[in-house]
Amino acid sequence: MESNAGTLSRPLSEAGRADAGANIRDVWKEKGGTLAAGLLLPAIVIAVWQTAGSLGWISPRFLPDPYTILLTFRDLAATGELGADLGISLQRAAIGFLLGGSLGLLLGLLNGFSKLLDELVDPTLQMIRLVPHLAVSPLIILWLGFGETSKVVMIALGAFFPLYLNTHLGIRLVDRKLLEVSQVLDFPRRKVLSRLVLPAALPNILLGLRLSLAVSWLGLVVAELIGSQSGIGFLIHMGKQDGVPAYIFVGVILFAVVGKLVDSFVRLLERQLLKWSDSYTG
Amino acid sequence: MAESILEIDNVSRVFVQNKSRVIALDRVSLNVKRGEFITLIGPSGCGKSTLLKIIAGLDTQHKGNVRLEGEEIARPGIDKGFIFQEPRLFPWLTVEKNIAGDLSLRRPEIRERVAELIELVRLKGFEKAYPKELSGGMAQRVAIARALLRSPKVLLLDEPFGALDAFTRSHMQEVLLEIWEKNRTTMIFVTHDIDEAIFLANRVVILKPRPGSIRGIVPIDLPYPRKKASGSFQELRVKILSEFEKVDEPEPESNFVI
Amino acid sequence: MQGPAQETGAPNRGPGFTAEALSRLAGRKTLLGALIPVLLLIVWQFASSKGWIDDILYPAPTTIASAFYDLVSSGTLWDNLRISLARAAAGFVLGGTAGLALGVLVGLSRRSEKVLNPSVQMIRMIPHLALVPLFVLWFGIGETSKVLIIAKGAFFPLYINAFIGIRNADNKLFEVAKVLEYSRWTTIRMLVLPSAMPNMILGTRVSLGLAWLGLVVAELMGATSGLGYLMSDARQFSQTPIVFVGIVLFAAIGKLADTGVQAVERRLLNWQDSFKGQ
Repeated sequence: MESNAGTLSRPLSEAGRADAGANIRDVWKEKGGTLAAGLLLPAIVIAVWQTAGSLGWISPRFLPDPYTILLTFRDLAATGELGADLGISLQRAAIGFLLGGSLGLLLGLLNGFSKLLDELVDPTLQMIRLVPHLAVSPLIILWLGFGETSKVVMIALGAFFPLYLNTHLGIRLVDRKLLEVSQVLDFPRRKVLSRLVLPAALPNILLGLRLSLAVSWLGLVVAELIGSQSGIGFLIHMGKQDGVPAYIFVGVILFAVVGKLVDSFVRLLERQLLKWSDSYTG
Repeated sequence: MAESILEIDNVSRVFVQNKSRVIALDRVSLNVKRGEFITLIGPSGCGKSTLLKIIAGLDTQHKGNVRLEGEEIARPGIDKGFIFQEPRLFPWLTVEKNIAGDLSLRRPEIRERVAELIELVRLKGFEKAYPKELSGGMAQRVAIARALLRSPKVLLLDEPFGALDAFTRSHMQEVLLEIWEKNRTTMIFVTHDIDEAIFLANRVVILKPRPGSIRGIVPIDLPYPRKKASGSFQELRVKILSEFEKVDEPEPESNFVI
Repeated sequence: MQGPAQETGAPNRGPGFTAEALSRLAGRKTLLGALIPVLLLIVWQFASSKGWIDDILYPAPTTIASAFYDLVSSGTLWDNLRISLARAAAGFVLGGTAGLALGVLVGLSRRSEKVLNPSVQMIRMIPHLALVPLFVLWFGIGETSKVLIIAKGAFFPLYINAFIGIRNADNKLFEVAKVLEYSRWTTIRMLVLPSAMPNMILGTRVSLGLAWLGLVVAELMGATSGLGYLMSDARQFSQTPIVFVGIVLFAAIGKLADTGVQAVERRLLNWQDSFKGQ
């Protein structure tokens, strides 16, 4: 998100390396300062929240205070409920993602390579894409009931498109000039694929992967909230039913944290795999 | 027209990069007379653009000072019009809005002045065009009009025609002279093209690099408009070229246009 | 007209009239693209009429069409659609303007970026659909919680695009503003904001899409009116054709809105060099 627009702060490297010692201190000070500034608002919010809760200004039925939420976390973890729910949710999301994602990747590759296939299949897929995938959930429930299958299918449906679109785009974008070079060097077809096209399309594919994972996770959230007997969504539902709002908070926090962790992991992967790219933007 | 409008007094500028120091300018002094047309010429690294930026007030980390009409230059401003190498027009504004800038076209006096300038830079008819519809030369003309609207005391031009093809460049040189003849704004023009320098200037200031300093100043007494093919023109060119060949130590390749 | 006729493999057999006429109507690309959907529709209709597939679960296209007709003529469709559109609009306007305003603020001021951005990123991490139960807990099943969910969804794309658009303003133009002594406000008005426009429009498109999606889910998860309600109600009573109608409508409206914004974009961004734009 940092970029080069006309502001006054210069990257530290420009400031001259005259005094290396002072420089490291400056770096730490600047980073520390940034971290502190960022934590300011959340810290204030939590402080106010806890105070209001402890002083009884807000009803625990509506807004349990942070400490209670923390305790609930601990209790749920102790009984193993937390682990079980988390595990089931992750499992569902993973299966759905693998199903939809690999299909998306495959079709993206096929359509990227074969013009004929692309002209036949892509328009249909674009039409399907117009439908918000979550809007299809009543249909899926009608056809497949409330069980595991329908959930996995819903997640797969969401996971499909980002990977399909980005893989397709990535392959189509492979620089014509590079292809010409490979023709001049007389590369065999398979080599063109593995040595040229796939690495060139990799940044896009990884982007598709990241988006696909995000959508899968989102799809899981919805699928579980609509109706399930287990998983984080169920935990939240329980919280609503039994009037234990802390469960809802625990569930929401879990959703957020796992989503973020997975995203960060893929970004790390991206950074490693794409070290050679100089136009890579985060 | 004899008094100095711009006094460059012992200006030095050093750039520090990692562990190395580059002396871009070393005690450069120059007086520019009001209404003069000066060209700064030299190979890359001679500091000509740096000097121009210092005069413009875009670079303030120098030693020595530069005075415009007696006052020291501390920051950029409309009194020092600046033309960059790219036109740098705002793509979302029409030609006339680009020229008007922060002044409102609703005021009749502004409208008049903008119309005058559009006529001066020979862009009549293009008032409502967008930059994407203009050629490089036309866009530069808009940039010049934009700067002139504010009646600058000096107009600083940093290789403004460098990106244009030879024909357009020739044409733009003529247009610039026309403009200069009409309002006699003091012009300081940076280039690495010797022909361009001789064609335009009253005086050609030759700079040499490492460290950047003035090697010589050649007055050009030829009447305008000058003919590049004429004998006297060619003589001056030889004279200036020889200034560059007068070196004690071998110089690496320069990006000279000869 | 040799091309298409030959490709469909009917070079010399009979007049090849249909192929030629078709190819005059639409290019090869459209034909090939329409092939699968059209075939599917035909097969489906056929199979249904023969009773090969259960009409309840997989209603024939004609059944769906007649269900659509019924909904329209009874006025039910418009009643619910109206409510859905109003919700989506309210949420989009709320979340979108907040996102735009905050994005512009954070884009212009590095200091506010440091303080506000991390918090925004944290909130973004919470899937907005997971907040539905929380909002329902706080605000009940009514309009407020739905509009808020939609607003949260619409917030982020406009926020991030406004932010990026502002930061991406060209440095070279800033130098011009300096030498021409443009005031800070003028620079923002004439340079920063117009230059952020393409991004902000993109943000609007994405925000609209997410607002629409948010509406879908908010309604599916607890509503007593609206298109989503219509669908989940139909599901409960196994009225599959209505579910299909709902799906098609969701898609159609989403697409329409997007096309609308693209048209506005073309007008607002007519200064853009076509070689850069898409």
